Amino acid sequence: MNVTVISINALALVFLAVSFFKDRAKTAQALRSALRSGGGLAPTLLGILVVIGLIMGFVTSATIGRILGEGSGMMGVLTAALLGSVLHIPSLVSFPLGGSLLRGGASVTVIAVFITTLTMVGFMTLPMEISILGKRFTLLRNVLSIIAALIIGLLVGVAV
Amino acid sequence: MNTSMRAPMGEKSSAQGKQKNPVRDWLVLAGILALATALLIGFPAQRQPSIDAFRQFLSEMVFVMPAVLVIMGLFGVWVPKEMINRYLGHGSGLRGMVIALLFGTLPTGPLYAAFPLSKGLLEKGASPANVFIFLAAWACIKIPQELVELQFLGWRFTLARFGFTVVVVFVMAAIFQRLLDKKPKGIPSDV
Repeated sequence: MNVTVISINALALVFLAVSFFKDRAKTAQALRSALRSGGGLAPTLLGILVVIGLIMGFVTSATIGRILGEGSGMMGVLTAALLGSVLHIPSLVSFPLGGSLLRGGASVTVIAVFITTLTMVGFMTLPMEISILGKRFTLLRNVLSIIAALIIGLLVGVAV
Repeated sequence: MNTSMRAPMGEKSSAQGKQKNPVRDWLVLAGILALATALLIGFPAQRQPSIDAFRQFLSEMVFVMPAVLVIMGLFGVWVPKEMINRYLGHGSGLRGMVIALLFGTLPTGPLYAAFPLSKGLLEKGASPANVFIFLAAWACIKIPQELVELQFLGWRFTLARFGFTVVVVFVMAAIFQRLLDKKPKGIPSDV
């Protein structure tokens, strides 16, 4: 149970209560719509979770650390972008990892690119994003986010 | 006004042209499960860490997703289209971009939770550029998250990454909108 879980559920409950007192029919309609979306998303979500679990099981943070720590130059930056896009690590885990890599001598750009792609780009969740927002929107958003992450990483590397 | 508020999102999504086929989704899931079983039988050492990670993400999703879907459903029913259109629509300018940014920093969980909300925003007339900003902010500008970054990576790194992220994301959002407008299809653009 973390803060995020508690706050979003509290928010949902408050909204639901207010909505219920104002208009029951509308509230029922909202809940039906929520249920329908949830049912539609369930198989995709479960599949994504299984794949993420496998990747986390097979690619340990020691492995990631080794790859990122060795990476230097443009190749290292691109590897970081690829890793960050494919992996699905909570950012709360990625910050300590990035910190220890920095102290170990990894480049600032590599770490910034890794952290930014990790949060902004999601290859694992592509199927879900496509089914909700459409193929064109999703692909364009992810490609531009990778480019954005590379630019951000390079700028951070220059500034820090 | 009443009709636009009444339209729930699920209905729109099913009317959204070539729709995903639920049977296919379940078949893909079955395939993934078969593959996962084979891998875990072949590599017993990876079995426990994989299952642990799956459990962890499953519990996150189970506790977060229902709330997100309920909020999205309520959003669809209650928030008037005119409001979103005015504050986040095509003519909303810099103010719209800042609102999208702030809206994205609400403390609300993983990125996938933001996809349904993004769809709701688009359907209510928010511009794709602002939705792009919303998603980017949701992904990497969160106050609690920044505090952890500060702690492990230092204030120079954190501030630099934060500042450049805002600037680059605003520019990318404009490019995103350009490219998306070139051949309008894919998203339900009733804007």
